[in-house]
This record gives sequence, C-alpha cells and structure tokens, in this order.
Amino acid sequence: MTLFYLCIGGGLFVLGLHSLLLRPHWLRAIMAINIMGSGVFMVMVALARRGDTTDPVLHALVVTGLVIAVSATAFALRLASGLLERTKKPEGGA
Amino acid sequence: MVADGLFDGALGVLLLTLATAVLHARQLYTSVVLLIAFGLLLALTWARLGAPDLALAEAAIGAGLTGALLLSALARCGEAPPGPSRAPPLRVLPATLLALLVGIVLLRALWPLAEGPVLLPALALGQLPAAGVDHPVTAVLLNYRAWDTLLELVVLMLALLGVRQLHSAKQVIPPPWPLLLAWTRMLAPLALLVGGYVLWRGAFAPGGAFQAGALLAAGAVILRLNHLLPPVRWDNGLVRLLVVLGLGVFLAVGVVGLVGPGLGFGPVGTAWLAYPPALAGPLILTIEAAATLSIATTLTLLVVGEPEELRA
Amino acid sequence: MSDWLHALSWPLLLGGAFFFVAGTVGLLRFPDVYARLHAVTKADTLGLGLVVLGLCLRADAWQPVLMMLLIWVLVMASGATACQLLARYAREDEQEAGADQPPGTRERRPPV
Repeated sequence: MTLFYLCIGGGLFVLGLHSLLLRPHWLRAIMAINIMGSGVFMVMVALARRGDTTDPVLHALVVTGLVIAVSATAFALRLASGLLERTKKPEGGA
Repeated sequence: MVADGLFDGALGVLLLTLATAVLHARQLYTSVVLLIAFGLLLALTWARLGAPDLALAEAAIGAGLTGALLLSALARCGEAPPGPSRAPPLRVLPATLLALLVGIVLLRALWPLAEGPVLLPALALGQLPAAGVDHPVTAVLLNYRAWDTLLELVVLMLALLGVRQLHSAKQVIPPPWPLLLAWTRMLAPLALLVGGYVLWRGAFAPGGAFQAGALLAAGAVILRLNHLLPPVRWDNGLVRLLVVLGLGVFLAVGVVGLVGPGLGFGPVGTAWLAYPPALAGPLILTIEAAATLSIATTLTLLVVGEPEELRA
Repeated sequence: MSDWLHALSWPLLLGGAFFFVAGTVGLLRFPDVYARLHAVTKADTLGLGLVVLGLCLRADAWQPVLMMLLIWVLVMASGATACQLLARYAREDEQEAGADQPPGTRERRPPV
C-alpha cells in the first residue's frame, strides 16, 4: 500500500507541475502549487505507513506543512489580486 | 484483501482524475469548486492511510479555508477571459516531456523508499510516557518538535503581516439570506463546541491545536460573512492580543525553561523548550489553548480581515 | 445476535450505495440545475441514512451509534440548506439574465 500511495503522490506532483508549465493564469498556478504540495504530503504520509506502527513524526510534519500551505496560499492570492488591481487602475491605487 | 486493494485503487484513480479536472477545467469557478472536493477526497485518503489528525486538519484547513480564500479571490478579480489563458500549442510537447521526465526521476527515487528501515516510531513511542500527553502526534508537535511548532506560529504571523501590507479592495459582503442567517446561528455554537472538544481531545486521541483553531476560524468566517460578527479589524486591541498570544505563551515557556534553574524556579526544564516531565502535561495544554486562539484569529484575519483601516 | 445484526447490515449498506449511485446518475443526466439539486440532495441524504443505519447495526457500543446518528442529522440539515441556497442563487441568476423565460429553460452555463 505504501508503494501505491507513493506513486499517487508522485503522480499528483507531476500533474501539478505540468499544469504550472502550461497554464499561466495566476489562480491556476496557485491551485497547481497546492496540488503539488498535496502530492508531497501524500508521499510523506505513505512513508509514515511503512512497518507495523505509523510514524507520528511524519504526521506532525504534514500537519505543520498543511497550515503553512494555507498561509502561503493566502499571501500569494493577496499578492496576485493586489497586482491585478494595480495594473487595472493605471492612475495609481489608494 | 481484494476489497482493500479495490478501494485503494478506486481512491487513487479518483484522486488523479479529480486533480486533472481541477487543473484543466475551462472555467475558473469549476476549478475552485473541484479543488474543494479534491480536498475532501484527500481527507478521506488521510483517514485511509491511518492519519486521523491529518484528515481533520485537511477537511478544515485544506478544503474549507483554502476554498473560502480561493472563492473570495475569484470574486474580487472575476473570471479570466478565455483564449489567451491557454499556452501556445508549441509548448505542450516540451512541457509534457519535462513532466514525464520528472515523474520518472521521482518514481526511481521513491521506489526503494517503500521498504526502507523504520527507526523513528520506536524512538518516538518509547519516550511517550515522559512526554506529558498520550497521543503520539501531539507529543511530537508540542514536545519533541516544539521548536518547529513555534516557528510555524511565526510563519502564520508573517503571512498575516504580509497580507496586511497590501492594499486591496474592500470585500463586498452582500446582505445574507434568511435561511443562511438561521443556519449560521445554529452552526456557530456547534463550531465552538466541537473546536473546544477537539482541542481538549488532542492530549489523548486525534485532535489538537491546529484542527481546533481551524474549526474556530471557520465558525468566525461564516459568522462574519453573515454580518453576525463586526468587521475583524487589526486596530482592535483584542484581535492583536489574540494573534500574538500563542507565540507569546510559547516563547515564555521556552525562556522560563532556559533561565529557570538559574533564577531558582524549582521544577522547570533545563534547556530551551525542555519541559520537566511532571509539568509537561499542563504546560502543553496551556500552550495548545493559547495557540488555538492565535491560529483561529490569524486564519480569520487571512480570510475575512478588513484592510479598511489602511485607507485613511 | 451480533452475527444476525451483521448480516442484516449488508442490505442496508448496499441500499445506501445504490441510492448514492442513483443520485450521481441524476446529477449527470438531468437537464437543469433544479432537477439536479433535487436528485443529489434527496438521494444522497437517503443513501447516507441507510449507510449510517447499517453501520449502527455493526457497532459494539452505544456512543458510536449516537454519534453517527448526530452526524446524519447534521449532514441532512446542511445538505438541505445548501440545496435551497444554490437553488435560490440559480433562480436569481436566471431572473437577472432573462426575466421573461420560464424557469429552467434558459441556456445553461457549463455544469459545475
């Protein structure tokens, strides 16, 4: 089962990368990076499942990673939408 | 055995298909909604892989709050015009080749890891009686790797500061519909109750500060979107206090652990963020409670914070 | 006793799965947003209820049973609320776009 989910995690990462290269829109890029991150998390959780006991250290790292991913997404979204608004109003924002 | 394999196979195929649908849908709105569904499916996958804390966190943070963030960004900026958003067709083949190459490299790197030596769980579980809590993931988050969790709170605060630096158009929240108001009034106390329960439960079963904080943030966001909560403004003293409370309590515990023996405090630890085994349980609960409030306030500010006061 | 309950839970679980499939087929095949919402909400709620009943028969204490029933009530309430809100949004959208056409016959956007 570990191997299967390792491959799915790798597949998610590659899908996100492919979309990042091809679709330049900022919202799609942020969603693609989110999916790449989910792929990485899946690899970590699959590795935590080796052996008979589940590895709590990897689970804790992924919880940390999830929270950091959401804060990075919030910042990236605000940056991109702020940039969009500035370029829409050439006379300058407030 | 066969049923397990069938379930895993179906889950894997669903995940990959949903990811493809998210990334290649024609409309942005479709992509965002499918990403929320993908987050929920991911939560199911974490539950399948034996990670219930992760499932809770993913459902609350990954599906709920990220979905709210993306939808509000989409509402602020509108749908993209069709046509120019697609890459030129000449780029498709090199991009696909590159993605395939990266995939092959990843697969070759990950394959031998599936049977690697596994030493950490024994070490982590062996020290559990002295850690102060009974749940291994909470012990790792707040005892063995407490430094990482402290820095994570710093990262959350940095993201909040970054978001506040940017002037952005005011969020226009339309007046709520009556059914939504009634439903929110029913959900808000439930969010508070479940959040508090998940926080308390983190000491001995899956749960913890991040999941509880995300639930409380979700409750606060839905209250704000229905005008049942006043605008959450940074210049409100209580808001500022809540945001720095988690980090402050964490740092205080760390510093007291460091200088305690020198100042004559009896039963404290001997190094930065080292808890004495007798006090570890109560200390962890205190830190978690403060961190929950902090995380809830920060996440709420990230999603529905008002930059109003930045415009003079 | 518990074997008998276990055997009884199978038709309930399978019935629940059938209703979920029926709801999904409705989601894919019905012509407009109201019919799709109707199909998904009703069939999924009933399917979830049957699945919950089946799992309750397999439980070994009363606490999981109570929790599962509470979860079902919560999902039912939130499903119904979401259905009404989506239907109202679609209605207001239609009224803005073409006020003179009968509901459900306007040309639809691609399904979400």
